[in-house]
Amino acid sequence: MTVYLDPEVSQAVKVLIVGHFGVGKTTCIGSISEIEPLQTEEEITEASEGFDDLSGTPHKKTTTVAMDFGRLTLSDQLVLYLFGTPGQERFKEMWEELSRGALGALVLVAPERLHESFPVLDLVESFGLTYAIGVNRFDGTTDYPLDEVREALNLTEETPVVACDVRDEASSANALITLVTHLMTQLG
Amino acid sequence: MRDEPDQDLDLELTSPLVPLFVITGGHALPPDHEYGHTTLVTAGEGASAAARTLSPEARQVMDLVSDGFLSVAEVAGHTHLPLGIVRILLAQMEGSGLIIVRKPVPRAERADRELLSAVLDGLKTRFGA
Repeated sequence: MTVYLDPEVSQAVKVLIVGHFGVGKTTCIGSISEIEPLQTEEEITEASEGFDDLSGTPHKKTTTVAMDFGRLTLSDQLVLYLFGTPGQERFKEMWEELSRGALGALVLVAPERLHESFPVLDLVESFGLTYAIGVNRFDGTTDYPLDEVREALNLTEETPVVACDVRDEASSANALITLVTHLMTQLG
Repeated sequence: MRDEPDQDLDLELTSPLVPLFVITGGHALPPDHEYGHTTLVTAGEGASAAARTLSPEARQVMDLVSDGFLSVAEVAGHTHLPLGIVRILLAQMEGSGLIIVRKPVPRAERADRELLSAVLDGLKTRFGA
């Protein structure tokens, strides 16, 4: 069944939910989206293995990658889309377009795999996105020392770091609200 | 060790069964900024009659948007067509006057505050925070 937008909706905005593989992007979107999360197939160009024997140049190929997204209607006129964006460098093309006009990014990190978040943060920063960090714990404990995360990821003081359990709607919503509150303070 | 119950599908690689140029009738991609993920589309009035002459994929898109507004990303998601294809089809359909398109409003500094404030209010109302 297709769930259509309110006919009065005149503005659609987006927030990127980013993070490394397996960090919980899909779960986060699923916990707060008003529609069953959908996928787009995005085309990306990447170098294939080895070299073309005849030309001696790296061979490029186009593949498609599936990306999850969800939706939240916020008022009669306003709808928010949440795009789960993979954090690998090879998806840079997707980031080009997704980051354009995006309000900001919620960066999900896993405390036991913090080192995997560095490439993600590099991408977020290279595209000039304002972000907040959601420290996701799948074991349900949200009392992880957030200062350690801040230090390990070398974050600035104003970057919000919030504990969350992305399986929980209220917890995911709280992380999102933390991000948007931060975006407002960054306007100066 | 991976013990997350989470199933990220972002590495699922797929490939089209029909060559893309066949679906699009040889038309090329419009520029990226046209038909972005959050551009909203719906069928124009009287478009369903004209839709009979469309390709099966374009008709699939027409059928989907004939009952209300959806984002370009949702059109791609519901039809299972690659986003690039959806963009080309929508560009053709807009050119033929079959669809109505609401492009994202360009952002301006002052509008940003109002917009973010509306987003924040909407989230708080929705989640009772």
